[in-house]
Amino acid sequence: MTMESCPDLPFVIGGQTFTSRLIVGTGKYRTNDGMVAAIRASGAEMVTVAVRRVDLDRSHEEGILHHLDPEEFFLLPNTAGCYTAEDAVRYARLGRAAGLNDWVKLEVIGDERTLLPDTAATLEAATALVADGFRVMAYTNDDLVTALRLEEAGCVAVMPLASPIGSGLGVVNPYYIREIKRRLSVPVIVDAGVGTASDACITMEQGVDGVLMNTAIAAAADPVGMARAMRLAIQAGREAYLAGRMAAREIAVPSSPTSGMLDTESS
Amino acid sequence: MTTPRSGSGNPGELVTIVLNGEVRSVGAGLTVAGLLRSLELHPGMVVVERNRAILPREALQATPVEEGDRIELVHFVGGG
Repeated sequence: MTMESCPDLPFVIGGQTFTSRLIVGTGKYRTNDGMVAAIRASGAEMVTVAVRRVDLDRSHEEGILHHLDPEEFFLLPNTAGCYTAEDAVRYARLGRAAGLNDWVKLEVIGDERTLLPDTAATLEAATALVADGFRVMAYTNDDLVTALRLEEAGCVAVMPLASPIGSGLGVVNPYYIREIKRRLSVPVIVDAGVGTASDACITMEQGVDGVLMNTAIAAAADPVGMARAMRLAIQAGREAYLAGRMAAREIAVPSSPTSGMLDTESS
Repeated sequence: MTTPRSGSGNPGELVTIVLNGEVRSVGAGLTVAGLLRSLELHPGMVVVERNRAILPREALQATPVEEGDRIELVHFVGGG
């Protein structure tokens, strides 16, 4: 007999159902083979890629499509590295012209040191891209009002950060993440800042629909091992959320009966 | 780099373009498809932007490379 207790809802973004609530990036891997092995171990179906110039001298690696089969993974082009709405729209259109799909992970950075998003430019780009027929998944700050505006603009998912990109600090503001999830109808996917499996688990326990990560897996000593840990952590966090945690209290409550104890010598 | 010519254009004549940010001379009369061939790039693996406009794959054969063109050849790389 199986132990199914609380069946989960399917994970649907923009009308498409995905098998995994973990979305992974493809950057910063030491080798392409290691990247593919880690992505497979993560169980992720949706995988982000960046748009960059072809290296005409071929001194660097070839394009990622030589390593990732679009039949096996849902490739999500991003606008990483863009600092203006205009650039983000340009990169999104280049990504779409590759012919895989009309989706984009929109990212408009506003500050080099923290890589925090420029939320005004993100909203401007999201509006333009939605009007142009894109299905936009927007990376944003953990700010409720921006998240609401991005949903109103027609984004198919809103993706607040846990903490800055590549920082590995975990969820710095779980209350804001929970409030964004409570208030939005579109999927809320926490994007950026997860460092290790416990961070991923805690993130999912906030009730969000999914997590997007890259560095936590790519920069682990053993990316395949960490990818497997992340898959389990995402599942554990999701199931814990669905199961409903006990109330926390700052006093001990015994787990064993207080009655039926033997007489002690002194009494 | 000098790219072998193809198509029309006077023999030996060159046009100067900016390709992925680098100034290059290519044979006059070259098409964008010919440019990709000369670089050993498969048209299905790259996206071409010419003078800030995306060039659909169907248009690669018919589009000439002209003097002063700013051409960007992009593809997908690893990213988060």
